[in-house]
Amino acid sequence: MPAAPPRSAPPSYSRAPAPEDQPTRKLYRSADGRLLGGVARGLAGHMGLPVVWVRLVFLGLFFAEGLGALLYAVFWIVVPLGVGGTTTGPRSLFETSPDGRRRLRKPDKGQVFALVALVIGAAVFVGNVNLGRNHADRYIWPTLLIGAGVVLVWRQADNARRARWTDVGRRRRLLQLARGFAGVALVGLGLAVFMVVRGAAAQLGNVLTGAIAVVAGVALLMGPWLVRMTQDLSEERLMRIRAQERAEVAAHVHDSVLHTLTLIQRNADEPGEVRRLARAQERELRAWLYNPEGTGKEEADEPATLADAVKRTAAEVEDYHGVPIEVVVVGDCPLDDRLAAQMQAAREAMVNAAKYGGDGGAVQVFAEVDGRTVFLSVRDRGPGFDLDAVPDDRMGVRESIIGRMQRHGGTARLRAVPDGGTEVELEMERAD
Amino acid sequence: MSGEGVQAEGTAGTPGDPAEGGAGRHARVVLVDDHRMFRTGVQAEIGRTEQTGVEVVGEAADVDQAVTVITATRPEVVLLDVHLPGGGGVEVLRRCAPLMAAAENPVRFLALSVSDAAEDVIGVIRGGARGYVTKTITGTDLVDSIFRVQDGDAVFSPRLAGFVLDAFASSDAPPVDEDMDRLTQREREVLRLIARGYAYKEIAKQLFISVKTVESHVSAVLRKLQLSNRHELTRWATARRLV
Repeated sequence: MPAAPPRSAPPSYSRAPAPEDQPTRKLYRSADGRLLGGVARGLAGHMGLPVVWVRLVFLGLFFAEGLGALLYAVFWIVVPLGVGGTTTGPRSLFETSPDGRRRLRKPDKGQVFALVALVIGAAVFVGNVNLGRNHADRYIWPTLLIGAGVVLVWRQADNARRARWTDVGRRRRLLQLARGFAGVALVGLGLAVFMVVRGAAAQLGNVLTGAIAVVAGVALLMGPWLVRMTQDLSEERLMRIRAQERAEVAAHVHDSVLHTLTLIQRNADEPGEVRRLARAQERELRAWLYNPEGTGKEEADEPATLADAVKRTAAEVEDYHGVPIEVVVVGDCPLDDRLAAQMQAAREAMVNAAKYGGDGGAVQVFAEVDGRTVFLSVRDRGPGFDLDAVPDDRMGVRESIIGRMQRHGGTARLRAVPDGGTEVELEMERAD
Repeated sequence: MSGEGVQAEGTAGTPGDPAEGGAGRHARVVLVDDHRMFRTGVQAEIGRTEQTGVEVVGEAADVDQAVTVITATRPEVVLLDVHLPGGGGVEVLRRCAPLMAAAENPVRFLALSVSDAAEDVIGVIRGGARGYVTKTITGTDLVDSIFRVQDGDAVFSPRLAGFVLDAFASSDAPPVDEDMDRLTQREREVLRLIARGYAYKEIAKQLFISVKTVESHVSAVLRKLQLSNRHELTRWATARRLV
């Protein structure tokens, strides 16, 4: 059993949302722009004919002793609902505009029209049959009632299936539920009328008891099996979703990793470049694997939160200078103007650490959001750094780190760590 | 970390500085990791027993193997990967709980993983591991960490310190057990310095305390992390959509 679900998963999954498996040209009932069951539209799409023709043929057959209705019903049962089949002819006839109001409005109007046509057709049909065989007219109304009920319920089942592809709002779901009930009620009413007409109303009690007994028996026999089947089904669906997720990650990771490995092989004698490639790839992989959102893609737009900004800045400096930077972020907050200034100062500090930190090891960046205060430290293990020894014409540190922080109301401290290396501490109050 | 890598270079046999904790010592280690290449790499880096004092006495690639090997060899320290076939590092810890609690020669676990996911890391720590280091750690630092764990100390990498600070900071609900669920000011300071990349010795100098005191602070944090009420950590994890 464990082997079965994954094997059956891919085809059923790929079929649903993809209209591009046109080449196989399987017959589907059309899910959108349909009047009743989508049979005519699906057929039209399949054969490349205008929908109107197919509908006319069905209508014509309908008057031939109801053959059209029967045929339509058979198609409805047998042919699966799909999105394919509509793309060739019909869509160009009816839906020239891109997805929008028109596609929503059209079926509604069509449905009204179809309903009117159906009623007229039914009336004509009833009249026909009445004329033909007089003794049959007692069965006509119950049959029509049952037919209408069945149509309602079937459409309901179609909608339920379609709801898996598209999100259905709460109100619509209520409406659908009501429609389902209406269908069942119609069928029940039809059956009741049928029995009354046949004069079986007297034994209605007996019949009902018998029917209930049969239903209870069937439920007892089939219940456990049904429950198990539903459980299996939902389990299978879960596994399918997991497999899909895994496939998505794999598809993304696989390409970029192979790409990076190729580049590494080609640049094998340039350790700096190899290291840079490896670090960049590692970062991307981690983002993919551990980001809660799972998107992992590096967005082109500006980072919105401090943690993002710190990581992004560190990544850029790391890529540019080829020195590993380890980032630890505690807490997070949205980025404001002051924090943006702090980020720029931090970038300067990171660049300095990468440039002059030497081979002491990774540069360590630590950021913490503690209430309203944002603390950021950048430390390297290089030869150390004495601000007083820096010539006055080198404005990098004084202006772009200390000066920048002070202009925005923060503080910056540079100090030598006792056992070697420099640490830059930046502290800033958040705005608002 | 340049400040601590002293004992690895040619100090074999000479009685080293006890504060360095490595020279002349011996630790029997089991490697648990499902990537053979990684095991080989670690083995090559720390397995030269006469230089490092570390002797790799066993290797395992999944949970069942790990439990068998650990039970059979009774090492002092197990280097444990977080992701393992058969239930992960947490499962190994669960099944080795009696060995960890043993009064004589308890087996100590050090998590060694590439994982960046806070719930993985916190998970093994709560399972009883004495520390967590990332796989980018250098050989000398790893040897140092092994001896530290052997002594019963906790080993916090900067990243783990960050996770822990996060875990204890972001719970705004009043803790059930005040003493247990809160970090003291000093413990927070120590953790912050670890997160900033300071070595224990540097922290001691910075805070004007002894290395021993730093160690005891870190051990206290580890204990709180392992014992603090589950509810709070779950809340934390939920808030971060980790579970």
